[in-house]
Amino acid sequence: MTRPTSEAEYLASLVPASVRGVSRRTLLRGALGAGTLLAAPSLLAACGGGGSGSSSSGGAATGTVTVGSNQSDAVPKAAIQSVMDAFQKANSGLTTKINTIDHNSFQENINNYLQGSPDDVWMWFAGYRMRFFASKGLAGDVSDVWKDLSGAGMSDALKKSSTGDDGKQYFVPSTYYPWAMFYRKSVFEKYGYTEPKTLDEFKTLGTQMKKDGLVPIAFGDKDGWPAMGTFDQLNLRVNGYDFHVNLMAGKEAWNSPKVKAVFDTWAGLLDYHQADSLGRTWQEAAQALQQKKAGTYLLGSFVAQQFGKGAEQEDLTFFNFPEIDSNVGADAIEAPIDGYMMAKRPKNEAGAKKLLAYVGSADAQNIVVKADPSVIATNDKADQAAYTSLQKKSVEFVSQAKSIAQFMDRDTRPDFASTVMIPAIQSFLKNPKDIDGLVNGIEKQKQSIFAS
Amino acid sequence: MARKYKGIDHLTPVDRVVVGLMIAVPTLLVLWLVWVPAIGSVLLSFTNWDGIGPISSAKNVGLKNYTDVLTIYPPFVPALQHNLIWLAVMFLIATPIGMFLAVLLDREVRGSRVYQTAIYLPVVLSLALVGFIWQLIYSRDQGLINSVTGSSIDWYGDQRYNLWAALIASSWRHVGYIMLLYLAGLKGVDPTLREAAKVDGASERQTFFRVVFPVMFPINIIVLVVTVIESLRAFDLVWVINKGRNGLELISTLVTSNIVGEASRIGFGSALATFMLVISSIFIVIYLRIVMREQR
Repeated sequence: MTRPTSEAEYLASLVPASVRGVSRRTLLRGALGAGTLLAAPSLLAACGGGGSGSSSSGGAATGTVTVGSNQSDAVPKAAIQSVMDAFQKANSGLTTKINTIDHNSFQENINNYLQGSPDDVWMWFAGYRMRFFASKGLAGDVSDVWKDLSGAGMSDALKKSSTGDDGKQYFVPSTYYPWAMFYRKSVFEKYGYTEPKTLDEFKTLGTQMKKDGLVPIAFGDKDGWPAMGTFDQLNLRVNGYDFHVNLMAGKEAWNSPKVKAVFDTWAGLLDYHQADSLGRTWQEAAQALQQKKAGTYLLGSFVAQQFGKGAEQEDLTFFNFPEIDSNVGADAIEAPIDGYMMAKRPKNEAGAKKLLAYVGSADAQNIVVKADPSVIATNDKADQAAYTSLQKKSVEFVSQAKSIAQFMDRDTRPDFASTVMIPAIQSFLKNPKDIDGLVNGIEKQKQSIFAS
Repeated sequence: MARKYKGIDHLTPVDRVVVGLMIAVPTLLVLWLVWVPAIGSVLLSFTNWDGIGPISSAKNVGLKNYTDVLTIYPPFVPALQHNLIWLAVMFLIATPIGMFLAVLLDREVRGSRVYQTAIYLPVVLSLALVGFIWQLIYSRDQGLINSVTGSSIDWYGDQRYNLWAALIASSWRHVGYIMLLYLAGLKGVDPTLREAAKVDGASERQTFFRVVFPVMFPINIIVLVVTVIESLRAFDLVWVINKGRNGLELISTLVTSNIVGEASRIGFGSALATFMLVISSIFIVIYLRIVMREQR
């Protein structure tokens, strides 16, 4: 599908086009402030809007394809722009129009967005979150696109994670990034630290870091989701991948001794975490690592976005979250996949599929991973020679893992993750003593939510 | 064209249509914009609708959402408490300060216009901006308070302080609003009343509490209503700070985070909204009773 173009042409297109104006959809953010009662009619209106729609298919793809992008941070935004520019260059007659929407607002309004008049192609996440919208009939079937992608560097594992409950594909992966313990090489060299393999080694290291005046683990959970990553890592190490998946799917009890053990382990580690985490964003926590005030930081590799390109990012590296139980091991990791989905009734279906095939190609992903070196390409044929050392390490890390989870808010029901787990984990961080009360509370809410 | 009005029976057909429209259009608007959503959200609170697909796909779950809110939803009780604390602080602290400032400014102190503008200025700012301005003051690592005092209190993040920190920011704005309302009222008080009080030998304090304050009854009611409304709809500021989590839960933010987010627990969120409606209704009833009694 994608036409081979010279490398020089791509390099030329790497220069990000001037940042386009923010779309009117960001206005939705402002609308959130409106009275809650007003929300009702707008919801009703949104339902009525999705009725009729005409799909144009077949024939040569021309016209405009609209893209809903949640990549509102400067670095990934420029990356998406470069990809779309390259797509237009390779496909004369097709133009793309990017609607950039603030990352969090996009997620918050996704239901209304998809039931209103969504863009032809929109950016989303693999996992339960993708299957959920596919099963609700809000996403378009892109199995056609996968017929070509499978032979062009996309692994079967990726195809599996792009497949909905009905066996069809609804997702085209673009990039992914591993979660791990990030640190600065220069800091470890300066104090003579070594990467810990087990939790005990890590605790010893943490105690030493405190003596050296460092915060052992940078930590910020103002937005509620970063601490989910800590829970996931601990659960994967304490109880293993299978239990984690079942727990996320609502098949295991949250008040079981196994989950309590996770929170117990976490409570024992809180002393090494940066204090007052609930008022700090992940960016601020990442800056503690960047400014060499903190020794390590458990986050996705997008932490690199807070580091200067070049030497500073070269100084950034990571180690796997240490082993806690040798029977469980440490070969399960988290590496969430970001990608694209198609609207149920795209205005320009042929164009949308062409674009989806392109974003799944090695060519497009080369552009993204070059512009945003905090992520790695999902396509095996992507050019790894140009990777930074962090990206190379990420590829190696992911390929060595036996099992890969997405992330709590992608692996479980969104209503459970956001309305139960965010307050629950935050209340654990405030009061780590009452674990029984905490897990019982979670379990009761889980039963109510998963029953509906 | 001036005709003498002889009662509704003597209106021309055109006039009747006009009058009919003048009554019907606002009534329909009120029904559509106020009553349909209000009743709709009460009805939705008995369902498990997830916001996707037609409403007919929603299942009736009876009172489940209400029992869930009351029994297994940990943020609800704190939210209720915070709403009441918010109301109490606005009513007992911010509003009296605003009234006090108005009385001071009414005495034509030198530069009263400058003070007036300075105190009123925060009202012009959007609450999102107010949140940001105070963020500069409260920020743990770069904030004004911590730089000056050398403390490392996380004003917006630590749940022991953040409600009070938010209340100070909100009061800062509320005081100006009340000050202006009250000042306008004070300017309207007949000066002869004060003179009469003075002649009778009343002190300043007596003049205010015995003469001016009772005369200001209608303004007092407006101030009361404004305070109650502002406290119950408190939302923007805490949403800007941390989306109403971690010590800043308010019923309004719980409603929003359940309904608006990806979560889309519309039924559950509507049950929360119904609680808010009931609480607001209590104050509305009190207000209406006062107003009705006044009119009689």
